[in-house]
Amino acid sequence: MTNTVIKCESVYKIFGANAEKMLQEANGNVDAKTFQENGCIVGVNNASFEVSKGEMLVVMGLSGSGKSTLLRCISRLTDATGGKIFIEGQDLLSLNNKELIDIRRNKMGMVFQSFALLPHKTVLENIAFPLQIKGIEDQESINKAMDMVKLVGLDGRENYFPRELSGGQQQRVGIARSLAVEPDIWFLDEPFSALDPLIRKEMQDEFLRLQEKLQKTIMFITHDFDEALKLADRIAIMKDGIIEQLDTPANIVLNPATEYVRKFTEEVPREKVLKIEDIMDKPHNENLSELKVSKDEIIENVAEKILNQERSVGVIDKNNQIVGTVHPSKIINTVFGGKKNND
Amino acid sequence: MELLKKYPKLFQWLFLLIVFFSLCFAIDVPETYKFIRGQAEFIKDPNQSTYTLFGAEVRYYAFDVFWRLPPLLGWLPIWINDSLFFLMNEWMPMEFWNENTQSYKTRPLVLQLTRNITAFMTFLIELIREVILGGVQTVVAFTSWDWIGANPWAKLPGLPWTIVAAGAVILGYNLSGKGLALFAGIVMIYISIFGQWKPSMQTLSFILVAAPLSFIFGLGLGIAAFKSKRVEKALYPILLVMQTMPQYAVLVPAIVLFGVGDHAAVIITMVVAVPPMILLTLLGLRGIPPEVIEAGRMSGCTNSQLMFKVLIPTARRDILIGVNQVIMVCFSMAVISAFIGAKGLGFNLLLALNQLNIGLALEAGLCISLIAILLDKLSLAWANKQIDYFGNLTFFEQHKNSIFFGGAVLIGIILAFVGSFFFKEGFNYLYEIPHNKGISTADFWNKGVDWVWDTFFQTLKIFNTWLITEVLQPMRALYLRMPAVATLVLVIGAGYIIGGIRSAFVVGGLTLFIALSPWWDRALVTTYMATFGVIISCAIGFTVGTLCFQNKYTTNFMLGVCDIFQTFPSFVYLIPVMMLFGVTDTSVLIAVIVYATIPATRYTIEGLRSVPASLHDAGSMSGVTKLQRLMKIEFPLAFPHMMLGLNQTIVFALFMVIIGAFIGTEDLGQYILKALSDKKGAGIGLTLGVCVAFIGLVFDHLIRTWVDQRKKHLGIN
Repeated sequence: MTNTVIKCESVYKIFGANAEKMLQEANGNVDAKTFQENGCIVGVNNASFEVSKGEMLVVMGLSGSGKSTLLRCISRLTDATGGKIFIEGQDLLSLNNKELIDIRRNKMGMVFQSFALLPHKTVLENIAFPLQIKGIEDQESINKAMDMVKLVGLDGRENYFPRELSGGQQQRVGIARSLAVEPDIWFLDEPFSALDPLIRKEMQDEFLRLQEKLQKTIMFITHDFDEALKLADRIAIMKDGIIEQLDTPANIVLNPATEYVRKFTEEVPREKVLKIEDIMDKPHNENLSELKVSKDEIIENVAEKILNQERSVGVIDKNNQIVGTVHPSKIINTVFGGKKNND
Repeated sequence: MELLKKYPKLFQWLFLLIVFFSLCFAIDVPETYKFIRGQAEFIKDPNQSTYTLFGAEVRYYAFDVFWRLPPLLGWLPIWINDSLFFLMNEWMPMEFWNENTQSYKTRPLVLQLTRNITAFMTFLIELIREVILGGVQTVVAFTSWDWIGANPWAKLPGLPWTIVAAGAVILGYNLSGKGLALFAGIVMIYISIFGQWKPSMQTLSFILVAAPLSFIFGLGLGIAAFKSKRVEKALYPILLVMQTMPQYAVLVPAIVLFGVGDHAAVIITMVVAVPPMILLTLLGLRGIPPEVIEAGRMSGCTNSQLMFKVLIPTARRDILIGVNQVIMVCFSMAVISAFIGAKGLGFNLLLALNQLNIGLALEAGLCISLIAILLDKLSLAWANKQIDYFGNLTFFEQHKNSIFFGGAVLIGIILAFVGSFFFKEGFNYLYEIPHNKGISTADFWNKGVDWVWDTFFQTLKIFNTWLITEVLQPMRALYLRMPAVATLVLVIGAGYIIGGIRSAFVVGGLTLFIALSPWWDRALVTTYMATFGVIISCAIGFTVGTLCFQNKYTTNFMLGVCDIFQTFPSFVYLIPVMMLFGVTDTSVLIAVIVYATIPATRYTIEGLRSVPASLHDAGSMSGVTKLQRLMKIEFPLAFPHMMLGLNQTIVFALFMVIIGAFIGTEDLGQYILKALSDKKGAGIGLTLGVCVAFIGLVFDHLIRTWVDQRKKHLGIN
């Protein structure tokens, strides 16, 4: 068994009357323009990637880029027009209805942009809903739901109706609901986009805290590049249904693959994204300063300390072994320097 | 030219009006033309022409085609009638097993089917009726008449009224709380004390069958239409016609298919109540955000779980309005179906109206309205009920409702038993207060009516005469003076200006159908009455609505009043106007105005309320006065919604005009009423109903098309 949880092989999603036929005729060479002339709209174009266990893949793109469509293909809310999707080695597209329901009841959880809470149910009932659908007895599911209420910090509001809650609180309910069945795979479709900036930041932190605890395999959709940088293990940037680049945040910032990706990265303050590890040089036997920094530190957090040194600073890993060095000028280069300051 | 470019529509309208009026003046009234009074068409007149189509002879007065089109559709009612007859009596004869005679019998399929449905409905109604009032029919249905003869004890005894009342109170308390419990108690005691117990319970049993069945069918078909485009397309035209079809018109074919009695009444009620339920179910399901559906799917719902646990509850608001409509229609039909022999309050009401015993009619009407409001509130409370998971209740608390009801049954039986000693002579008032043996205020009301007549006779008469001779008759004459061609041009032109070629075809087709039917003149009279009612209703409704909107309390108060008035069965409106104006056109028109003012007011308030608050603020910051804000901001934005109100007002007015035939008018309604007592009336009744529906649809189509465009233009949805 490998560690791969989600695996996509050339997934296509094309909307339109004779999409399938056109896809076959295109023979793997899908051009959005020709399709559009024939009344088809390309949602996802040849998406291939893997997500391994415990990893958070953030799919970033502007509206209409096909990111939500991609997510809906993987959760099979819509059927992909072509390609293969594997969930833990199981061919998702070959599942029949019963198996699909089974996998959703036990393995998947999803959070929606507009919260998608059931308006006639209280917070508690909403969270217990997937459990009750599964056929778990009332009292047990309610108890379980109550644990979830505590997990997302909504104690005392369990008997409120969604309309009586603020946006942030509603999304907490959505998160709790999606976690109620203890899924392995967690889909989040722009969960924080409808929230105010302050609440959004708070929810992001909360989300990171939760993920640290739960270690789910996550696909997270967003149109906010900063959010993607903050949360992701890896980022996939989509445009017109095509994945332009899929890489770690640091690599995307440092080596944008296309002009489109570069536009996003231009404005990004590197010191907030890059870790020391990303800019360090190979260890050499020069005189090192007394200061040692961890390779996992974000540059911003240690920049001042390093800049106060005159000599290079040693970079250490978890075992306190020196794995590299950083000269203060490197920091200045990174923060103020041109685009090609580092490779 | 500048002006022409700026207001192209205005000039189109002007042009249309000029053509219309020049046609009106160019075409003279033929010398032989006169408005045919009722009954006249049954006399053979040598001046009449005839033609024969599909074996049916159609007689008519021939005029210049510009003046009146020949009734080329005159064969339609006869043909419908013959087809129905054929279907019922000759089509597909099959062998059916007969329980009673223990033999096979040959019967046409449709007849057998309708008889089976009939038997089923009768059983359901009798079951509820006998649980409440007592009887033997239900027991017989499971055994036989011989068995019941041998075992006379097996008869259902019926519940004392005290128990039913207590049951209603407990139900009300359980569903909502003290307020509803109190209301339920008062309604039940009122019904009983005023001696309306038996007819009320008969009506109730009829409604307890009709309403749930309509709900289930409406919901089911609504879901089917939601799931399949094809079903929706098939249903849509029927739904449209049924929405504007007067309820009377359905009665006649129903008699042919299902006979007379309570069971036929249930079926007709379903026919009328199911369409709005379907529409509202569909509306509700359509309005569900796609993410909620996806959330349901991702929770691992099966299709049926998705439908019943996610979709329907989420669409609850609209579905509840549907339930409300179903209940309203049921009560409305409870009265109307008395025409075809349904028992209960409706029958008493009709009887009292026929005898001009206004007091009795008022009491029966009040009873119906009270029960209607009670059921409405109960159903609403039921749908809004919440479950408490952490109550940690004791056994007594969990089962207190059943315990209380058990107690009530016991006490009720003891009371009834004691009563049987106490009221040795005559009736046991603690068991059931018989009809007309309770308190009656009828005399008081009748005296009141007499007093009104004695005191205000002159004033009322002067007003009445003035209205009829100075307003109504000239207006009617004007309508009748329109040559058919001019009317068609006007309608088609309006359709074209508002909605283009397609609308022109739709409204033209609908109008042409009426023009080619034998009842064009009647349709004009119906339209004139409805127009008169609509104009006044809108004037009142828009004014009252706007005034009430100025203050939050009056707004809510007015909406509440509208709610209650809407719950009254339409027939009830005839009672007070007959008190004041007797049996005249004025009475009908005033009933029309009162009835049609409800939607006009409601939609005005709702429309004004839907104007976004930010626009209010924007207006205030621009320094508008209250009046300016109303004229420049609120009215233009609320206008599309208010026009939908106008649409409803027209439908309501048409309904009331047709019902008004009971008092005696000379329009389509009178003919529908006549068809009721005609052996071959089914085809006529149905065609007339379709004509009325088409009048409504013409306006409906024009208004809706305009509103849609306007909304798109204003960017509101």
